[in-house]
Amino acid sequence: MQLTGAEIVMRCLHEEKVEYVFGYPGGSVLYIYDELFKQDKFKHVLVRHEQAAVHAADAYSRSSNKIGVCLVTSGPGVTNAVTGIATAHMDSVPIVIISGQVPTAYIGQDAFQECDTVGITRPCVKHNFLVKDVKDLAITLKKAFYIAKTGRPGPVLVDIPKDITNQKCEFEYPKTITMRSYNPVLKGHSGQIKKAVQMLLEAKRPMIYAGGGVILSDAAERLTKLARRLGYPVTNTLMGLGGYPATDKQSLGMLGMHGTYEANMAMQNCDVLIAVGARFDDRVIGNPANFSAVPRKIIHIDIDPSSISKRVKVDVPIVGNLPDVLDEIQKLLEASAGVPDPKALAAWWKQIDEWRGKKSLKYKQGKEVIMPQYVIEKLYEVTGGDAYITSDVGQHQMWAAQYYKFDKPRRWINSGGLGTMGVGLPYAMGVRFANPKATVACVTGEGSIQMNIQELSTAKQFRLPIKIINLNNRYLGMVRQWQQMFHGNRYAESYWDALPDFVKLAEAYGHVGMKIERPADVEPALREAFSAKHKNDLVFMDFLTDQTANVYPMIAAGKGLSEMILAEEL
Amino acid sequence: MRHIISILIENEAGALSRVSGLFSARAFNIESLTVAPTEDASLSRMTIVSTGSDDVIEQITKQLNKLIDVVKVVDLSEAAHIERELMLVKVRAAGKDREEMKRIADIFRGRIIDVTDSTYVIELTGNGSKLDAFLEAIDRTLILETVRTGVSGIGRGDRILKV
Repeated sequence: MQLTGAEIVMRCLHEEKVEYVFGYPGGSVLYIYDELFKQDKFKHVLVRHEQAAVHAADAYSRSSNKIGVCLVTSGPGVTNAVTGIATAHMDSVPIVIISGQVPTAYIGQDAFQECDTVGITRPCVKHNFLVKDVKDLAITLKKAFYIAKTGRPGPVLVDIPKDITNQKCEFEYPKTITMRSYNPVLKGHSGQIKKAVQMLLEAKRPMIYAGGGVILSDAAERLTKLARRLGYPVTNTLMGLGGYPATDKQSLGMLGMHGTYEANMAMQNCDVLIAVGARFDDRVIGNPANFSAVPRKIIHIDIDPSSISKRVKVDVPIVGNLPDVLDEIQKLLEASAGVPDPKALAAWWKQIDEWRGKKSLKYKQGKEVIMPQYVIEKLYEVTGGDAYITSDVGQHQMWAAQYYKFDKPRRWINSGGLGTMGVGLPYAMGVRFANPKATVACVTGEGSIQMNIQELSTAKQFRLPIKIINLNNRYLGMVRQWQQMFHGNRYAESYWDALPDFVKLAEAYGHVGMKIERPADVEPALREAFSAKHKNDLVFMDFLTDQTANVYPMIAAGKGLSEMILAEEL
Repeated sequence: MRHIISILIENEAGALSRVSGLFSARAFNIESLTVAPTEDASLSRMTIVSTGSDDVIEQITKQLNKLIDVVKVVDLSEAAHIERELMLVKVRAAGKDREEMKRIADIFRGRIIDVTDSTYVIELTGNGSKLDAFLEAIDRTLILETVRTGVSGIGRGDRILKV
C-alpha cells in the first residue's frame, strides 16, 4: 500500500512499540502532527519548550531502558533541542529525535525556520540522518532505533524535510537490519577475561569501580553477584549510583570530586582495580598524573573501545557487553578453585574501615537554619529509599547523590556528563511516564528549577504528581562554593536578588506550594507532601537552606584523589 | 610521529564532515586529507596524514572506528606501504629560465603538461619530501602557483584494505 511520509513515520513508531512521543509542533512537522492526530497507539506529550521534550524522552529511557522519542520542528525547534540532545549524548542515553526540515528544494536557501540540523547536531549525536527520498524513510527510522540502542547507546536524529512527509511510496518496515559499517561487539576476548580473573584472584588490595555502563546495560544484578562472590569493596560513579546497593556493607559510596573519603582513598591505594562501564573522567579521578603515580593493575571492561586507555593506561582491556563479560568472569570464577587471599583482604578491609571512620559526610544540623544535607536524609527516610530521584545540577545534585542511598538501578536520574541545569523537572516528567505508579521526586535548586520552570504547566496538563524539593539558598551554590574557595570570596553574579515566591508560582500553575524555613518543619512537610492527601498533586517544596553550606569532601580541579578537602572539623 | 591512516567509509553526503569534524572536535591534528570514491561507488577511501604520540594515534583510530559510517580503518604506517602525492606547479619559463626549468623537471621525472610562451605547468608525483625538494631546487621567484593533492597511500604486497 502507498503511504505518505507522515503515515510512514507513524507506522514506524507503532512498529517500534513507542508509548510516548515528547514534542512540540511547528510548520515543518504539520503533516506528521496531522497523522499523529489520527492515531491512538501512542500518546503525544506536549511540552512547553523543546529542550524539555528531549530531557523528558531522555529520562523516560534512563528510568526504563526503553528508547525515548521526541519530535520537534525545524530551525528553532531543533536548536532548542540541542542542549537536550547533547545531555543525552554525554550520558549515552538511547533516544530518537525526529526533526522537521524545510522542503528539499528550499534547503540551503536560508528559508524560514531553516537550519543545518545535521551539521548542528553532528558532534552531539551518536549518528544522524537527513532523509532525502521518501523511499529511504522507513529504513532510516529502523536504523535510528537500532543504532540508538545497540553498542554504546546514544541519541540518533532523523531530519525529515516537509515535502518528504507528504510524498507517497510503498511501506515496508524491515524486521532486522545489518550494516556493514556498524557491528558492535558483545562477547569479550576470552584470553583477556582469563587474565582478568587471574589478576582479580591475586589481588591484595582490590577495588571495583562501577560506572554508568552498569546501569545502561542492566548489569547491576550481575555486578552485585560478582562483588559478593569476591567480597571486594565497590564504589559507584555519579552515573553508576544504584548499580550496586548503597546500603550494602561492601559499598564505599560514590567516588570522585565529591566522593567519600573511603572511596577515593581505596581507589588511589588499591593494587588491582576493575573498572566496569566507567571512563576515568576528570570528575572521577581528578588529575590522571596523580592517579598514575601509585602503581596498580587495571582491568577495564567497556563496550566502547575508545573509552579504554583514553585518560588512564590499562593493563587488561576487555571490549564487550557488560552482562556477557560479567557472566563469563563469574563462570570462570565458579570453575576455578582460586579464592582471594583472606588475610590480605581482611587487612585491606581494616584499612578501609579506618578511612570510613573519618565520617567524611558528617554535618551538623542546628535548630535555626535548615541544612540541605538534612533535607535529603529526611527525603530518604520519608520515601523509604524507594523513590525515583531526579536532580538538576549543582550543590543539591551532589548532596542528593551523597545522602540518598540508591539500592536499585535506574532510580537516580541526573545529568552527569554535560551537567545541564534545568533537567530536573522534565526528567521527573519522563520518569513518571515510564513508571506511572512510581514516587518521583525532583531535587533541585532555585537556580536550576528556573531554567525549565515552564514545565510546571506540562505537569499540570498530564497530572504528574511530582514532588519538587527546592533547596533554596539564594545562591548559585556550586559557583558560590568555587568563588569562596578559589576566587577570594568574590561572589560574581552568583547571588539571586529577585527570586519569585515559589509557593505562589506553584499555585499559579495549579499545583500545591509549601515554604519550609525551620529544621523542625522539614520532616512534617515531607511527610505531608508524600502522603495520600497529595497523591495526585505536584507539590513544590521550597526549603530555605543554609546559605554557606559547601559540598564536602572536595577534590579541587587538577588535584589528585588523595588530596581531598574535608569539611571543617565539626 | 607521523602516521598515514586509511579509511573506508560509506559514500554518503556528509561523510567527510563527520571525519573532519571529529578531528577538530577532539583537537587531533590533520596534515592532509584526501578522499574519493573507490571502484565500488558506495564506498569512499580517505587517506589522512596526522601526527601525534602513540596514545593519540590509538585514540584517532578508535574514534574513527566509532563513526557509524566508517567501515574500516588502517594505520598504513604500521607496516610496509607506499605513499604518493601529486603536485601541479605553474612556473615562469621565459628566456634563459625556460631550458633550465625543463632540465630540472626532467631530473625529478616531472612532466610538462601545459605550455605557453612564458609559462609551464609541471606535473610531479612522489612522496611529500620529493615534491618539497623540487620546489627547493627551482628558483622560488619563478613559481606562479602550486597545488598539491595531499598524500594517498596503499599497503605493499598482501596488505589489502577492502570490504
